[in-house]
Amino acid sequence: MKFSFSSEQEEFRTSLRRFLAERSPTKEVRRLMETDAGFEPAAWRKLNAELGLTAVRIPEAYGGQGFGFGELCIVLEEMGRALLCAPFFSTAVLATGAILNAGTEAEKQALLPGIASGDTIATLAWVEDPAHWDAAATRMTATPSGGTWKLDGHKSYVLDGHTADLIVVLARAAGTSGDAGLSLFTVKGDAKGLERRNLKVMDPTRKLARLDFKGVEATLLGTAGAAAVPFARTLVEATVCLSNEMAGVSERLREDALAYAQMRMQFGRPIASFQSMKHKQADMLVDVELAKSAAYYAAAALDEGDEDIVAVASLAKAAASEAALQTGIHAIQIHGGIGFTWDNDTHLWFKRAKSSEVLLGDAHHHREQMMQHWAA
Amino acid sequence: MSELTEDSVRAEVRAWLEANWNPELGLVEWRNKLADSGWGVPTWPKQWYGRDLPQAFQAVVDEEFQRIGAIGVAKAGIRTLAAATILEHGSDLHKEKFLRRILTGEDTWCQLFSEPGSGSDVAGAVTRAEMQGNKWVVNGQKVWTTSAHHAHWGLLLARTDWDKTKHKGLSYFILDMHQPGVNVQPLKQMNGHASFNQVFMTDAVVEPEFLVANVGDGWAVTTTTLMHERRGADGLRTWAMGSDRKGRIYDEERAEIATTMEPYKWYPQRAGRVDLILQRAKETGRFDDPVVRQEIARLLVMSKAAEWTARRARAAAQQGKPQGPEGSLGKLVSSHVARAAARVHTQLSGADALLSGSDSPMNGVIAEILVSVPATSIAGGTDEIQRNIISERVLKMPKEPSIDTTKPFRDVPRNTVR
Repeated sequence: MKFSFSSEQEEFRTSLRRFLAERSPTKEVRRLMETDAGFEPAAWRKLNAELGLTAVRIPEAYGGQGFGFGELCIVLEEMGRALLCAPFFSTAVLATGAILNAGTEAEKQALLPGIASGDTIATLAWVEDPAHWDAAATRMTATPSGGTWKLDGHKSYVLDGHTADLIVVLARAAGTSGDAGLSLFTVKGDAKGLERRNLKVMDPTRKLARLDFKGVEATLLGTAGAAAVPFARTLVEATVCLSNEMAGVSERLREDALAYAQMRMQFGRPIASFQSMKHKQADMLVDVELAKSAAYYAAAALDEGDEDIVAVASLAKAAASEAALQTGIHAIQIHGGIGFTWDNDTHLWFKRAKSSEVLLGDAHHHREQMMQHWAA
Repeated sequence: MSELTEDSVRAEVRAWLEANWNPELGLVEWRNKLADSGWGVPTWPKQWYGRDLPQAFQAVVDEEFQRIGAIGVAKAGIRTLAAATILEHGSDLHKEKFLRRILTGEDTWCQLFSEPGSGSDVAGAVTRAEMQGNKWVVNGQKVWTTSAHHAHWGLLLARTDWDKTKHKGLSYFILDMHQPGVNVQPLKQMNGHASFNQVFMTDAVVEPEFLVANVGDGWAVTTTTLMHERRGADGLRTWAMGSDRKGRIYDEERAEIATTMEPYKWYPQRAGRVDLILQRAKETGRFDDPVVRQEIARLLVMSKAAEWTARRARAAAQQGKPQGPEGSLGKLVSSHVARAAARVHTQLSGADALLSGSDSPMNGVIAEILVSVPATSIAGGTDEIQRNIISERVLKMPKEPSIDTTKPFRDVPRNTVR
């Protein structure tokens, strides 16, 4: 299924697209992005309950629907297209992935049903300084403290970090380095000693927080000291998911720019009839379709257990980062002056493209990852 | 007549092959049997060497041929375009005279469309055909003509009426290449090969019955030929491998393939040889340079994504879905890949990129890549024409206002013919 979708998947996409277009018109995106939380908990719970979105990839044994990454990535692509303001990536991709990859059976039973039902907003906190997306750079320490643990240090760039009910945190035993000594923990959003600050963000549709931990009580997730592998797997999955979300963002930018060029008259004809516009649009289509092919392939590769998945995920993200940014730049250029105004919607998707370009590592980072993997 | 099923077709073709296939036959002798039986081109009409089978059964027939190792009708080169065009637009006389010898491979063909003054704009042809007495007399020059040096017949686009508009004044002929008025000269390319020809026609003669369709229908017929050319572009490359089996007929087929494929032997190089990149990067030690690794990765991201996009298009076609945008991008993407590959090969080769032939890495292969890649973005429709096609047909953007299609062609500004 790396090259096509089943008719059930196509139907799922079609109905989801219609639904999200209805529920997430640009006016609603603009309203929610100005709020502190970036979404409305009650409205999100209702939407999620109707469509079962956070349940898509959670196994049925934990209250989910038991679908694969193929279906999850359709959801993400459509959310990118609609720019839905919701804590979905943080909850259904990052936190869910970490719990599924690292958690024990009892922990999955305890944590996942709340996520599947939409009651729990969750996220994953791992990055600390701006230069590193990998686990080895972790400095936050975890100290055993009579049955539980205490976390000290800080996390930043945490998606929905200031609103999450449940935070999965990566930390290490004091005195360890690299991949050794890493463990995952869960922390309650309102835990004592946890200070959360909403960061000012370039892309207001994706909220980020800085979290400061001073002796915060935490519960171990999975096996102590063995988080490196399940965490790395979680990042690979998230990279593929983000690449698919970016495919939706890129395609929306491309389509809106095309619609505008068809409508805008200059020199007595639609600007879409000028060869300079047509060739730009053809190039945009190439960029977007190639990035889509890579994203779809990577999603199927996750489901199929492809051995090359680490390189494939990085390939998809490198393609997605370049395509999203380039499409955003072209889209603003095609709109001309109006495209640089706040009132025009292009900047909403441009900013999502720009923030996604960097999130989880930019194209340079992923090209190097891919080459290191293929050189080995 | 009993109803056709996959099994009944398979049984029938298998029985026929078992009774008739013999690797010690001559190639032409065998293909005449194919033409007589209809199994060489089973989807063609019964009346013309086929069996009227629906396209869906072609794969079954192909499988049975492969199973027994039987050779098919002559398929490579311009002859397939000639056959498709004649089947659709030709008279019974054309079909009678040409189709069998196309299938047996006895005749080779060439396509006389492009001219020095009309490359992307094929309909701007100025080769003239005039009725003198009871024959057409042709004067003009064609270029980029593959196989013209050995072709028996040419598919000729020529202007028959200069007072009509550009597309209405064209007619389509079958030109006998072996006549005093036709002079074929090789056209040497920047990479040193001469895969194409220039064809000079000076009072060349066409019998009136070798007009295809009617006077003034030339553009419609040309469109048919070009459509089959685009469709067949992929088939050509896969067919280019002869069997390594022993037997007279296989020897003859290998010779035929060698002749047909000779002009294309540098084609892998013009596509950029992405397959050599990682091996070369390690051999040269350049893999250790992070800047070079970035460039290699850029190339591999693009070429993998291009490959997967082509697979998406094929999967959609196999499932009978309407063609999405992914099916129209391959030609343009292949130019991007080829250019990026040439850039990386240059980086990997360093000063060796200054050399050619046996002094160049891999006995000249690398040098041949560097001077062949520019063809990719031109041949078979330039990148610029591809972008027009994508924007107009896929994205439904308006055509630019045309200034050459509404007035008599006589009055349309054009290149001067020297």
